[in-house]
Amino acid sequence: MQELHTQTLTQLAAGMQRGDFSSVELIEVLLGRIESLDQSLNAFITVTADAALAAAARADDARAAGDAGVLNGLPVVHKDIFCTKGVTTTCGSRMLENFVSPYDATIVERLAAAGAVVLGKTNMDEFAMGSSSETSYFGPVRNPWDRERSPGGSSGGSAAAVAARLAPAATGTDTGGSIRQPAALTGTVGMKPTYGRVSRYGMVAFASSLDQAGVITRSTEDAALLLGVMAGFDQRDSTSIDRPVPDYVASLAKSLKGLRIGIVRQHFDAGLEEKTAAAVRESLAVLEAQGAILTEVDLPNLDLSVPTYYVVAPAECSSNMSRFDGVRFGHRAKDPEDLFDLYCRSRGEGFGAEVKRRIMTGTYVLSAGYYDAYYLKAQRVRQLIAQDFNKAFAEVDIIAGPTSPTPAFRLGDKTDDPITMYLNDIYTIGANLAGLPAISTPCGFVDGLPVGLHLVGPHFGEETVLRCAHQYQQQTDWHEACPEGYQ
Amino acid sequence: MSGQWEVVIGLEIHAQLATRSKIFSGAATAYGAEPNTQACLVDLGYPGVLPVLNEEVIRMACKFGLAVNATVARRSVFARKNYFYPDLPKGYQISQFELPIVEHGELYIKDADGNDKRIGITRAHLEEDAGKSIHEGLDGSSGIDLNRAGTPLLEIVSEPDLRSAKEAIAYMRKIHTIVRYLEISDGNMAEGSFRCDANISVRPRGQKELGTRAELKNLNSFRFVEKAINFEIERQIELIEDGGKVVQETRLYDSDRDETRTMRVKEEANDYRYFPDPDLLPIEIDEEYIEAVRRTLPELPDVKQQRFVKEYSLKVSDAAILTVNRALADYFEAAVAAGTARAQVVANWVIGDLAAALNKDGLEIVTSRIAAGDLSGLLDRIDDNTISGKIAKEVFDAMWTGEGTADEIIEARGLQQITDRSAIEAVVDKVIVANPSQVAEYQSGKDKLIGFFVGQVMQETGGKANPGQVNTILKEKLAR
Repeated sequence: MQELHTQTLTQLAAGMQRGDFSSVELIEVLLGRIESLDQSLNAFITVTADAALAAAARADDARAAGDAGVLNGLPVVHKDIFCTKGVTTTCGSRMLENFVSPYDATIVERLAAAGAVVLGKTNMDEFAMGSSSETSYFGPVRNPWDRERSPGGSSGGSAAAVAARLAPAATGTDTGGSIRQPAALTGTVGMKPTYGRVSRYGMVAFASSLDQAGVITRSTEDAALLLGVMAGFDQRDSTSIDRPVPDYVASLAKSLKGLRIGIVRQHFDAGLEEKTAAAVRESLAVLEAQGAILTEVDLPNLDLSVPTYYVVAPAECSSNMSRFDGVRFGHRAKDPEDLFDLYCRSRGEGFGAEVKRRIMTGTYVLSAGYYDAYYLKAQRVRQLIAQDFNKAFAEVDIIAGPTSPTPAFRLGDKTDDPITMYLNDIYTIGANLAGLPAISTPCGFVDGLPVGLHLVGPHFGEETVLRCAHQYQQQTDWHEACPEGYQ
Repeated sequence: MSGQWEVVIGLEIHAQLATRSKIFSGAATAYGAEPNTQACLVDLGYPGVLPVLNEEVIRMACKFGLAVNATVARRSVFARKNYFYPDLPKGYQISQFELPIVEHGELYIKDADGNDKRIGITRAHLEEDAGKSIHEGLDGSSGIDLNRAGTPLLEIVSEPDLRSAKEAIAYMRKIHTIVRYLEISDGNMAEGSFRCDANISVRPRGQKELGTRAELKNLNSFRFVEKAINFEIERQIELIEDGGKVVQETRLYDSDRDETRTMRVKEEANDYRYFPDPDLLPIEIDEEYIEAVRRTLPELPDVKQQRFVKEYSLKVSDAAILTVNRALADYFEAAVAAGTARAQVVANWVIGDLAAALNKDGLEIVTSRIAAGDLSGLLDRIDDNTISGKIAKEVFDAMWTGEGTADEIIEARGLQQITDRSAIEAVVDKVIVANPSQVAEYQSGKDKLIGFFVGQVMQETGGKANPGQVNTILKEKLAR
């Protein structure tokens, strides 16, 4: 039998169904790996070993009683931005270092109801603000492919844990690429669904109009399986959409014959590292060989997506971060002189540099006299970008390109230069601004580091996006590659 | 002094909407609960929670818009008003800014000359209330009670059309009447369900541009609004006449000292950094919805008042009093319908004795000790001459203390009126004989003495003689 930690969720589900092993046995193996290997990665902020073993035992009982949910006994890890009752939810911040949520996020609830077992909470950029997982108060996450490098971010802990076979699947959040970019940089599959497809209730907000929960896995099949459980209307989230959830796993089988794939002219302009470009081009040829039709499409306002994003996201962030004031929960400064001092020091001590930078930027762009020139203009450009995508999707079924302009960069390389760091998200941000579903799937290596292929679909085009990635994975084995030392 | 100055006032009224649960959460809105027992995670602004709109508030705002002849927006948007305050859990208040749900309304008040005056309503928007800071009884610490956080408010903003404290009060009372008619707010000022901020400026009469305004915050009784505005007008005029300048600022009214004082000046004003709340969808309503709401509108106070004058031949002033309160108007109409007494008589009793009794016991019309039908039963006995108006007051008091219906009390106390002419004549004769000097005076032209004789007869009959008959018989006999 293939070693348990190397199996995908789908394989593990089948094995447990056959009775090859129990959930408790599986969870013990993975907890053991986390125990021995995570020091090298810092992927976890909290490991919930006892709760996981207890949940696994319950799952085994449920299976014995013939009452197994679709994820019964299967392990997952949650990005530490999802509220989990009774377990700290830190958002990678000193501000919430000791914050224990009194409730479960909707997706945490849904996965638990399907029988999933939570191994722990993963490290991340502070409040999901970052593209390298270096802004965490709990220290940077390391990339299992090269521990001197970043796994990307902000869902870097989730990506590193899945890549290193510490967990077969993880949840993540994606505001500007925070699932897809780390997936690309760690050779995993990262899926961000349509805005409104998955409830945001219980997911600590960064930029509410862009935030969307998704998954990081080692196969598209697993992504489809998890997404099917997480997706769906939630009356506690007014922006979630009341629309039936299709059977994503069933939609994977269809061939790519006749699928129209748009290649964005602007994607291959300057900025894209040459070897990465070559890997992506090669992957497009694979899709073409499977019967897909490649055509060029134009996203004329794409170059405006990063500046647009860095107005809209900080604006919403500045407001969303206001509740962390030291009054009701989270970090509170010691012995405040007065109310102003309480606010200033609680926030000054509780937030890291990147969060502060975005709060300041956001406060500025919303200020009287600047609102029209920045926030309002950015919203108009956002409309234009969304229209560009709509026009493109009148011609093609899916848009393909690179996920990230370069493979994993060295830790510390970009921390002093926020602008360069922000440019890392140039290919992924458009899908957030337009609310579109998108996936990153491994498509090769550059100097031993993984590269991701980025596929974007129209609104509620999850099935097409997943099918395209899945069919690609049937022809390639990049997604099966395992970093040295984590086999 | 103030003759050369024109006063300009605009009001912002906050009416708490009478929903059972809060505007964005399922927590209860009941007043007076133990601190923080009616605040859920959404009200507390916990990480990860999201607001979900209580749709009842849309219907209520829509009702108000239709009642003041306003435009109800087909699309309105919630915005975040950002500022830090300990009783504001999220660090922002969810309100409406650029696209409010109600715009361009109007209502009419009486001006100083008794003519109708139109007051424009700029807008009315939905928002959530904040919590309350508590500084007393906590050993030098401050506490926060978030029960009120998330309570739905309708903020009603007038045009600067008001020209005196009296007009401001008339406008405020009108809004107060309307929201209670619509049953969208209980209007309870003591509990803070209806409060107001006033923007006040003065300018030389004839000048077009507005003077610099001061904003008076949180005026929570009609009396305080009037006193505070008058104080502020005087203050501004004196300031200008002494060569000073009004500064734009927010002022608080101190009811103990009857004065206003600076709370914060413009430079300290917050930049609220409004932007559309991404957690909430725009409110979209269609014609059909608005028409459905329109069909639920009750008869409004102005229309009801006109109808009372026409249908019941009431004095305009009485019709106005009776229609201030929907329950009071209903009571009046029920009493009229139940009996034979003239409507004006019913009105006199409702506005007079009944109102006084209610007031004395601190009761509302809906908790009156005498039901409309029972009052009607009393007035019928005056109408059919069973008792006099004076005896009726005695019966009323007995009814008020729960002795029974008018008929029961009249029966038990033997209060039936004497209408037998020969019986009254006998008493009149007796009084004339007993008071020869007064008779002489009367007959020499001192007509006013008729009251004395009536009084004597009534005293002799224990108040039960029919006063009209007593008067007629006395005049006949004294004339001889």
